[in-house]
Amino acid sequence: MYNVMKQAAGRRSVGIKRASLTLVGLSALAAAVSAQAETLNIVSWGGAYSESQQKAYHEPWMEKTGDEIVNIDRSANGLAGLRAQTQAGNVTWDLVDMLPSDALIACAEGLIEPLDHDALLSAAPDGTPATEDFLAGSLGECFVPSIVYSNIVAFNTEMFPEDKQPSTIADVFDLENFPGKRTLMRKPINNLEWALVADGVAPEDVYDVLDTEEGVQRAFAKLDTIKDQVIWWQEGAQPPQLLADEEVAFGSAYNGRIFNAMLSEGQPFEIIWDAQVFELDGWVVPYGKLDKVKDYLTFATDTQRLADQARYISYGPARKSSSNMVSTHAETGIEMTPHMPTFPPNFATAIPKNDEFWADNNDELSRRFDAWLAM
Amino acid sequence: MSDSPSAPLTTADGVPLKVSLRRASRRMKLKALLLVSPLLAFLIIAFVMPIFDMLWRSVDNPEVSNALPRTVAALEHWDGASLPDEPVYAALAQDLKTGQEARNLGLVSSRLNYEKSGMRSAMMGTARRLSRIEPPYKAALIDANDAWGELDTWQLIERESSPYTLSYYLAAVDLQYTPAGEIVEVPDYLQIHLALFWRTFWMSGLITLLTLVLGYPIAFLLANLPARRANLLMILVLLPFWTSLLVRTTTWIAILQSQGVLNDMMVALGVVADEARWQMIHNKTGTIIAMTHILLPFMILPLYSVMKTIPPSYMRAARSLGGKPFLSFRRVYFPLTIPGIAAGGILVFILSIGYYITPALVGGQSGRFITNYIAYHMQTSLNWGLAAAIASILLAVVIVFYMVFNRLIGVDKVKLG
Repeated sequence: MYNVMKQAAGRRSVGIKRASLTLVGLSALAAAVSAQAETLNIVSWGGAYSESQQKAYHEPWMEKTGDEIVNIDRSANGLAGLRAQTQAGNVTWDLVDMLPSDALIACAEGLIEPLDHDALLSAAPDGTPATEDFLAGSLGECFVPSIVYSNIVAFNTEMFPEDKQPSTIADVFDLENFPGKRTLMRKPINNLEWALVADGVAPEDVYDVLDTEEGVQRAFAKLDTIKDQVIWWQEGAQPPQLLADEEVAFGSAYNGRIFNAMLSEGQPFEIIWDAQVFELDGWVVPYGKLDKVKDYLTFATDTQRLADQARYISYGPARKSSSNMVSTHAETGIEMTPHMPTFPPNFATAIPKNDEFWADNNDELSRRFDAWLAM
Repeated sequence: MSDSPSAPLTTADGVPLKVSLRRASRRMKLKALLLVSPLLAFLIIAFVMPIFDMLWRSVDNPEVSNALPRTVAALEHWDGASLPDEPVYAALAQDLKTGQEARNLGLVSSRLNYEKSGMRSAMMGTARRLSRIEPPYKAALIDANDAWGELDTWQLIERESSPYTLSYYLAAVDLQYTPAGEIVEVPDYLQIHLALFWRTFWMSGLITLLTLVLGYPIAFLLANLPARRANLLMILVLLPFWTSLLVRTTTWIAILQSQGVLNDMMVALGVVADEARWQMIHNKTGTIIAMTHILLPFMILPLYSVMKTIPPSYMRAARSLGGKPFLSFRRVYFPLTIPGIAAGGILVFILSIGYYITPALVGGQSGRFITNYIAYHMQTSLNWGLAAAIASILLAVVIVFYMVFNRLIGVDKVKLG
């Protein structure tokens, strides 16, 4: 009896040994495979923008390397997500698409990797190093820009008589001549700037005026005049939807979303380029993930890829060498240049978003804006 | 006989009966504890600990003392009435330098920026320029950023150097510290949280009342119809209950929006003019309608379970004793359903206070709840301390509400199904 048991135990331990050998073999194999093909968790904004990234660089990269790229639409709360993951000690994101103002904060908190731009990024085709090829001042300590996008106000052309279409930002605040609901982003950013411009402040003076208590009061007073006609949006997909439903006549939005709705869905929208607030958007690498995404980042920000992206969405590439290569829309073949925020006639009254002003004042102005909304 | 009253009773093996009994009951208790221990562990890890973590976060204030230890130490002997002296500035320069290298200035500059706008760029900007700053530090730092020349800045740093703070709770009820440390109301244009607490409570109360008014007759029908028709009615109650919350909410958007189904129908019937469509969504009305619909089953089901147990003979008896229908209902039937009303009421009210998605989607600005600001401070402003303080207050209110309810009606009378 005892012998039988011993034998059985011996057999079992052989079995365990064999199983563990197989396991070791399997995991070695898995390691070998994963050295070639990885899964990259890339966080971005979703919608038409993620699609342009998918087509311009995710798909070519997956084809080239066999890596799998998982799109996560969480950039709207990217900073909060990074902070939470870092505090929990389990960062699952490999690369995050972020606004430079958020990147500044994330960088100061040590949530993301500082980058050596010239070592990391590929040079332009003519050999210009990356630091000179990206738009002046656009590279941050931890940040690589990929696009220039713009916050604009668009309108539904069918909601105004043909001889009386709005054309300036002041028209958005003119309920008498241009009636109808408006949808604006539920944030003070952009709205305060536009209110001041509509009230007669020159675009280049906006932040000087906003830096004073009287300026802030003036902006809120101007917003007061349209307050009861405003529906506030929070997700980038909402304004095109509300415009298409004719729920609103005007909507503030990201210019690429409106372009996309006009082109792929044939919506009767038009963009008011007056006083567009433009800024950059780009990549940051969560702390500790640099080795994993280095090659991909180099690939996704090279001249060709950024030029390719502009074939799918009307956001300007952040590289000078890519700008010259912007041509036609990939599907419809229309010329992209006039739809870019940086196209000179569109750019005449453009306001560069002042990141430092908003870094300092966003906390207080957001509270004030929320209280104003609730009253 | 040996069993005199003073001799202890023993079991067969000679152990006193009392001890044996105690042993047995201890074993029983241990067994019971063993059975519930997985759930207990789960509750502690997933529920109790996070709540204490939240409570802790609402007073926790480590940023300043962690990131600026030398400055805090140097400020100890400061009189607080005039700008500090050179050693404090030198300590600050040293702290900023270490902080810049360790990359931990972000949190402390955000923390100070909540209290005083401009602190973020004062800290970050000065830290970036530090390599070019030379002693004497006092003049150099004030030159680098005006904030270092303001008394408020130093009073703020000294006040927030304590490892605990009340600032978050003050902010949650629209109060703040003055630079000198007194507690005052925030300016009118920043007051928001108290109004939101009130709105959350009165709207939840209204929703509870509406579900009761709508749900009571339905529950009555359900309990008194013949089984077959009652089942059909029950399915009509349960079907929406099983449908996803998000689907039901967005359906209300489709129905109520100004170009929506209801408005279109009313325009077609000539009830309202095309230009004067009703605004029924993205405001309080939207929140009340959608949430009343969504929470209705939580009222109907407890009411139904109570009504089901009331024998029909009670009403017949009341009638046969000469009661008019309304009087018999008021004096006999209604009092018997109070436990159901109480159960449904407390369930709907507490669920409603915590609702978040529905007000966010259909509430517009005027139909938002305080919960939406907890989410806002968690996800957008990243002021987790303030979010924790608001959430703690909400938790306290729910507990107080529950205790009052328990005193008035008694939780043991409540039946949920």
